Amino acid sequence: MSALDDRPTEVGPEPRLESTHDRQVWNRVNASPEFQELRSRFRRFAMPVTVAALSWYVLYVLLTAYARDFMRRQVFDNLNIGFVLGVAQFATTFLVTWIYEKHSTKTLDPLALSLKASTEKELDR
Amino acid sequence: MSILAAGAEVSTSGTNWLAVTLFVGFIAVTMGITLWAGRSNRSAADHYTGGASFSGFQNGLAVAGDYMSAASFLGIAGTIALFGYDGFLYSIGFLVAWLVALLLVAQPLRNSGRFTMGDVLAFRLHRRPVRTAASVSTVVVSTFYLIAQMVGAGALVTLLLGVTGTTAKNLVILLVGALMIFYVVIGGMKGTTWVQIVKAVLLMAGTTLIVLMVLWKFGFSVNHLLGQAAETSGKGAAFLEPGQRFGKVVPGDGTQTMWNKIDLISLGLALVLGTAGLPHILIRFYTVPTAKEARKSVNWAITNIGVFYLMTIGLGFGAAALVSRTTLLRGFKTDAAGCFVDAKGAPLGGSCLTDLGAIPADLKTALVPVDPSGNVAAPLLAKVLGQEFAGETGGTILLAVIAAVAFATILAVVAGLTLAASSSFAHDFYANVLRHGRTTEKQEIRVAKTAAVAIGAVSIVLAIYAQSFNVAFLVALAFAVAASANLPAVLLSLFWRRFTTRGAVWAIYGGLGMALFLLVFSKNVSGATTALFPEQDFAWFPLNNPGLISIPFGFLMGVLGSLLGRDKQSEELYPELEVRSLTGAAAHGATAH
Repeated sequence: MSALDDRPTEVGPEPRLESTHDRQVWNRVNASPEFQELRSRFRRFAMPVTVAALSWYVLYVLLTAYARDFMRRQVFDNLNIGFVLGVAQFATTFLVTWIYEKHSTKTLDPLALSLKASTEKELDR
Repeated sequence: MSILAAGAEVSTSGTNWLAVTLFVGFIAVTMGITLWAGRSNRSAADHYTGGASFSGFQNGLAVAGDYMSAASFLGIAGTIALFGYDGFLYSIGFLVAWLVALLLVAQPLRNSGRFTMGDVLAFRLHRRPVRTAASVSTVVVSTFYLIAQMVGAGALVTLLLGVTGTTAKNLVILLVGALMIFYVVIGGMKGTTWVQIVKAVLLMAGTTLIVLMVLWKFGFSVNHLLGQAAETSGKGAAFLEPGQRFGKVVPGDGTQTMWNKIDLISLGLALVLGTAGLPHILIRFYTVPTAKEARKSVNWAITNIGVFYLMTIGLGFGAAALVSRTTLLRGFKTDAAGCFVDAKGAPLGGSCLTDLGAIPADLKTALVPVDPSGNVAAPLLAKVLGQEFAGETGGTILLAVIAAVAFATILAVVAGLTLAASSSFAHDFYANVLRHGRTTEKQEIRVAKTAAVAIGAVSIVLAIYAQSFNVAFLVALAFAVAASANLPAVLLSLFWRRFTTRGAVWAIYGGLGMALFLLVFSKNVSGATTALFPEQDFAWFPLNNPGLISIPFGFLMGVLGSLLGRDKQSEELYPELEVRSLTGAAAHGATAH
């Protein structure tokens, strides 16, 4: 446990005071190639996937509102395209969750953990 | 309660003593758990986060238990049962919303905050204004949600227990309120979490049982189930297509049709963007020791919630297939003499009609359903299935079980809401704004508990007062406010270096204010027979859900407010926030006991 953990969430009136040493550590870690790599790995996945998932959902809502002839088209007996697309929203949500877990454990967690350890060591110094 | 006479015959007959017994059993067990949990609560971290010592799996269940409200269990099942396909929209929006929480919010939030949503904002912004704003929006969102749940609880529990009368409803609201205060004050986050875990297990088990029975009845063919639902509903194939409930096409009124469709999109946006801004959901991410566990919580929550919402297909279409429409609506309103009335309370057609079958078709549309949203579809389905499998006794037993599940569902959610609101008041407003951060943990916890009692008491009074009003819109509104005020503030704070205190304050008050302003002038409040004040008409905003306008407005205010000036502290602290939020360095871990 670093000394920081015992610090109250906030002490005294603003601004948050912190030693210059700590500030330098945070800035140095932020500028390090390892952290830049972690951030870009995170953003390259999370941002586009969020946008894609939300767009896919909005498309579904738009089809529900404006493409009813298309949505009521029969796929199999009582199952229409609207129903199938609705269930597909579930499927893609599960799929994205699963892929993100894989992505995190493989490419994000190890880097994050090693950066956490080295940062905390530097902060304690 | 003569106005409910027509409904009484199709609901439960007499008091269901088994249901009462199960309710009492659930109350006894959860009170026991709460007392046990409360014994080990010492520090502020214990009260606010259960010492951050839950596992991802446990918290995943608790998140599901906190999230799946009576609006989900009973509301969605009812909407599908009455309107078919359109009820599905809620299920999908409520689930897809979790991707925003998973990909952008859960882990960074866990790493950079400690107790409340306000923690994340206060990290690099000026704490007094942003914590005040966070506290205001947390209390507003949670209270809206709370009142909707409690009014629902009063109506529902009295119905399921087979008792009627305003006094009984008031007593149920009082009981629910007293219990949620007990869970929060005595058990803190630990007690509340366990109540939510128990509820999630009960809800999943109960729903799985009913859905398996429905599927068995239809030879495990969803196709047959849908076919029978379309037939029993009397609407045919249209029941399985969009347009029965949302985005309705009004023949001959192109303008209204256009607004209805835009309203559908507005609702869809509020549902999908609201979840990641709901304070009672956000604080659940602090109950685990690390960001990795927070991510696992969301994985488990998505699994549970997704499976549950998939099962709402079975619940809703099952009820539509096996329970008659009149029964689902619980009959139609009558006057003291037993004559059917119209929306204004006048006898239908000017004479006294008492036989539903004898009413001419053109008058039938003027009938007023006792329960226009079909809130008891799931319990009614349970009763029918029970009867089918084991006669009258089977019906009573299964109804009692599902009624108890609904009761547990409501209690777990209202406890979570009370905890979120009281924590934010105590930690954000009292400790950091009023006392400038100079307070002891003991004092802060005392304020948190007092706030829980106060918020609970106010909600009880408001819910009792609001009973006679139509407050069903409050849940969708809570999502709209969360998406318009909280989400912009949280996302911009985590991911935009240039974000400033002014931006955060503008985003929260702007999004919150715009959502409320548009709501007041919508048909939820006046100008419709289903409105809060049906006699008045000052509505000019054409949409029922303000999300389409208020969500972009919240983000816009956040950006504009930030671009109007620089915030040196915010920009200086951003590198630290980035490192902390992505690596978890120096994050608050679990407290050891």
